[in-house]
Amino acid sequence: MTRFAIPVAIFVALLVLLGIGLKLDPREVPSPLIGKAAPHFELPELHQAAKTFSERDMLGKVWVLNVWASWCVSCREEHPVLLDLAAKGEVPIYGLNYKDRREDGLAWLKGMGDPYKLSIFDFDGRVGIDYGVYGVPETYVIDKSGVIRYKRIGPLTPEIVKEKVLPLVRELGRA
Amino acid sequence: MPRPLALLLLVLLSAPIAAKEAAPAAADPVLEKRVMTLAEELRCLVCQNQTLAESNAPLAEDLRNQVREKMRQGRSDKEVVDFLVERYGDFVLYRPPLKTTTVLLWFGPPMLLAVGFAVLLRRVRRRRQADDTGTTDADRRRAAELLAGGEPR
Repeated sequence: MTRFAIPVAIFVALLVLLGIGLKLDPREVPSPLIGKAAPHFELPELHQAAKTFSERDMLGKVWVLNVWASWCVSCREEHPVLLDLAAKGEVPIYGLNYKDRREDGLAWLKGMGDPYKLSIFDFDGRVGIDYGVYGVPETYVIDKSGVIRYKRIGPLTPEIVKEKVLPLVRELGRA
Repeated sequence: MPRPLALLLLVLLSAPIAAKEAAPAAADPVLEKRVMTLAEELRCLVCQNQTLAESNAPLAEDLRNQVREKMRQGRSDKEVVDFLVERYGDFVLYRPPLKTTTVLLWFGPPMLLAVGFAVLLRRVRRRRQADDTGTTDADRRRAAELLAGGEPR
């Protein structure tokens, strides 16, 4: 009996390890940006190309930056969640329209509703690269001093908003 | 069509084709080679098992352009890599740096190999000992006789 104990133990340990491996999402790469200052940008707004917006305009406020595009399928899935979050009014959401065409982006917001205070227009994806974007949609929570506190790669879900985003926003708002 | 004319046409028509193929590489082959060599060391984040050099994903293209631009500005390979790591983390590197979080990654496999060898060695030793069952010279002689076809028993 003891003869088999060790191989069986190793086998079970391996099973557990592989089982955990199956549950992990390889797409979720830990972002090195968390705890760091949000990279600087100064981009034209989507609605008014003549006006620009910068992350510096938001110093002193807790805010959410959401990267979206009209060509992005998961953004469609995420959109109602963002509309909900915007309706709660607890935190302002700003959009980064990533590698899109202006008219497509505007049409999308017109057709599906606009949860954003405003969207900025990142045509060539430069700012996206600075923010380490690789899978639209992505969402950042940025605190009053302009530090990135949370990043979500992939669509927000009602659970994530309830369990992660809102508690964090409330906590940062108190600070 | 007379032959010389056809030949002439052929030459004239093929020239621009060849020129088009060569153009991008001729722009700056040295730089291009540097970009591609570095890109082979970097992971494309969209299709994670491809390198930045191989991938056709739009993001990979953007990142290659960034690498090219930075190199054109005279940045070193290390500076370019740091630029990407700052944004995407060590994950973009196919050769992750040695850190406390990557110790297992670097030394796990050799350690497993060493453990395997140790187990094997112990087994072999034990078997050798088990083989020493106290056969005497007389036994061996008898066995040899039997094998040589000597009389049974």
